[in-house]
Amino acid sequence: MTLAFLGPINVIDQLLRWLGLAPQTIDYVVWPLIQIAVVVPLVTLWVAYATYLERKISAFMQARLGPMRVGPWGLLQPIADGLKLLTKEDFIPEKADRWIFFFAPYIAVAAAFIVFSVVPFGPDWGVITDLNIGLLFVIAVSSVGVLALILAGWSSNSKYALLGGLRSSAQMVSYEVSMGLALIGGLMFARTLSLSGIVAAQGSDSIWFVVYQPLGFLIFLISGIAENNRAPFDLPEAESELVAGFHTEYSGFRWSLFFMAEYAAMVVVSAVATTLYLGGWYFPLVHRLDGAGWWHNAFVIVSVLVFLTKLALILYLYFWLRWTLPRFRYDQLMDIGWKWLIPASLINIVLTAVNVFLVQWIGSWEWHGIKTVESVSAGLNLTATGKIIMVLLGLAGLIITGGALSLINWRSRDFHLKSQRRNIRLVDLPQGKPAVAPVATTEG
Amino acid sequence: MHQVEIATTQESLLDNPEMILNMGPQHPSTHGVLRVVLKLDGETVIDLDCDIGYLHRGMEKIAENRQYTMIAPYWDRLDYIAAVSNGLVWVETVEQMMRLAVPPRAHYLRTILTELNRIASHLLWLATHALDIGAVTVLLWALREREEILKVFERQFGARLTCHAWRVGGMPNDAYDDFDEDVRRIVKNFPMRLDEYETVLSENRIWLSRTVGVGVISADEAIAIGLSGPALRGSGVGWDVRKARPYAAYADMDFEIPLGENGDTFDRYLVRMAEMRQSLRIVKQALDNLPDGPVSAKLPKVVKPPVGDYYHSIEGPKGEIGCYLVSDGSAQPYRVRVRPPSLINLQALRQMCIGHLVADVVAIIGTLDIVLGEIDR
Repeated sequence: MTLAFLGPINVIDQLLRWLGLAPQTIDYVVWPLIQIAVVVPLVTLWVAYATYLERKISAFMQARLGPMRVGPWGLLQPIADGLKLLTKEDFIPEKADRWIFFFAPYIAVAAAFIVFSVVPFGPDWGVITDLNIGLLFVIAVSSVGVLALILAGWSSNSKYALLGGLRSSAQMVSYEVSMGLALIGGLMFARTLSLSGIVAAQGSDSIWFVVYQPLGFLIFLISGIAENNRAPFDLPEAESELVAGFHTEYSGFRWSLFFMAEYAAMVVVSAVATTLYLGGWYFPLVHRLDGAGWWHNAFVIVSVLVFLTKLALILYLYFWLRWTLPRFRYDQLMDIGWKWLIPASLINIVLTAVNVFLVQWIGSWEWHGIKTVESVSAGLNLTATGKIIMVLLGLAGLIITGGALSLINWRSRDFHLKSQRRNIRLVDLPQGKPAVAPVATTEG
Repeated sequence: MHQVEIATTQESLLDNPEMILNMGPQHPSTHGVLRVVLKLDGETVIDLDCDIGYLHRGMEKIAENRQYTMIAPYWDRLDYIAAVSNGLVWVETVEQMMRLAVPPRAHYLRTILTELNRIASHLLWLATHALDIGAVTVLLWALREREEILKVFERQFGARLTCHAWRVGGMPNDAYDDFDEDVRRIVKNFPMRLDEYETVLSENRIWLSRTVGVGVISADEAIAIGLSGPALRGSGVGWDVRKARPYAAYADMDFEIPLGENGDTFDRYLVRMAEMRQSLRIVKQALDNLPDGPVSAKLPKVVKPPVGDYYHSIEGPKGEIGCYLVSDGSAQPYRVRVRPPSLINLQALRQMCIGHLVADVVAIIGTLDIVLGEIDR
């Protein structure tokens, strides 16, 4: 990480040098630690305020006010909640497997939070560490979260928790497949696994990959929601059936850790979706801010804000769906995972590969001097013609995939639901003899 | 009721893959203190047994030690969601035993208010049923509409939930001043809201996949079990006490009975939604033709029905609420027996649930629309 040009931050840098630390230590140990120290509280706070937002948005949808009492518009509510949960008794059921029960929430939180280390919030110092296998890292680490759920469900020694844990393992494992496969399409354009590299590829091509990959984006979003156990896929914690699913026996702070992990995981999936499909921190014209000294910092800050805005929009989608849709049943959830999303993501890979090949091939004709590919150095850079062809092919892919999926699912029960439903009849039943047959009034 | 065999030793649990899951009585979706013991294979229900009685208050025994006029408030606590209907079955039974002529205005007001109560009860059913299936927002929307009706109850009866609505012989007082205006506002606004709910649910694929074909009960089975109310009509059996044996002012009303076809959860949902629209129709007619006059018959100081027994039933929101009354000529009943629709509808649970998943069990409990206050009495 080169941070030498940051005017105000330079002071700290020089201070550290004055203390006698080697430049490598400063760049690779101290600075990341400082960044982590900034990001972790920020993310925690943000996760807390995501709950506030969710409550406000749900209130807005349900014709009520939501939290209003703690602070202006209830703005301090998340803090009050956190404090309340901290002061609660740390209760571990007698029959529970103590150590596993004890550690499961930490695994959940750690898995969700570690991913933030590679999320590119912005250019330059907006990213903590730029792993060259960033995307693989995200998928690998976030799938550790399943382990926490299974362990929590198992160690609670409660049947509801066990069912919740089993459901979540089955669900997250199946949806991880389609989620991972959906990403491959986008990677064919980016040609790198580094998250910053993916954003750079979209920046240099001046396009968001969602335009090339509408299908991949849809699959990723749906599997992401399922992966995070959010409605309509919130089966592991389906409160109406399994009471609270895997965290039935948890209370107090340990419970809030699960809660934080859930919201953090939501933020992570939204962040990956933003990075891969919505251009990350890249936004038209923002890069013109970039300049020397303070201008550069301003550019980074605006970029971070752009990133957060995009992320918040996806988060809003999460909330919106949660408060609108009923919950799927377990078998239906598996149907969607295995019969819809996984075939769709496989078709998406094939189609994207064919599309990338086709566009390059069309360019190689040099027919009337039409050029489709500009360069392939930092991702696949297409000319305007190339972009149009690619977008059209992507839309055609949607139709092809829809047709293929209909063929696969033609014989399943849920495909023809509308024709299975019956309308009710309104019948004017014949009227019987009235029950009321009073003849006399008794005297007072 | 059928008894589920419970494996007691560790070995027997390991030997067979079946698991016993105890659902309730503190489960969020058993609509009160119902305890359901499920025998599961994975998540598939292979057997179940209901355990009831957690809310038993000995209503029928209490009634034997109270005067006739004092029993009505107890009846409000049977099905506390539909206190107005429950109160009505008691006073009408006593009135008919005594052959009291209740003034027509009282009959009409009773019709209006019990129909409003039916809507309120169905709204609460919709709210909880949707919540069980996971649509949380419908809960608050439905409660918002129910609130309007409860406001009318509060102004009319002085209570929102356990409104001691009726007296033997009529009503304690006439409709309050803005009654007509308030009820007409509900009649005007409510269909719009119902459309809104139907947009959210009726065409929703997830809702369809959760309800169509779930908890099917055929017409013959429904009759054999003795189901009543929307649970019976969802299977396509045309039986409604309001038509079959009209009470209050229902004989003068023009309304239709919605009937389902498949007998599944979705049909019962549609039947209840359509019933709310029909209820509005009845309320509107009754308001338009509301006669003038007194609202209460003259009553002796102590109500003493003649010696004998009598059975009367009305169509409550959940089904046929019946009341069997034996009088020995004294000021207190000799024996009272309630025909509880929820208890009898609950008998269908086992048949409906077997072979379905755990998630369907809560949907089916929801679709039966039970109230434990009435089951346990």
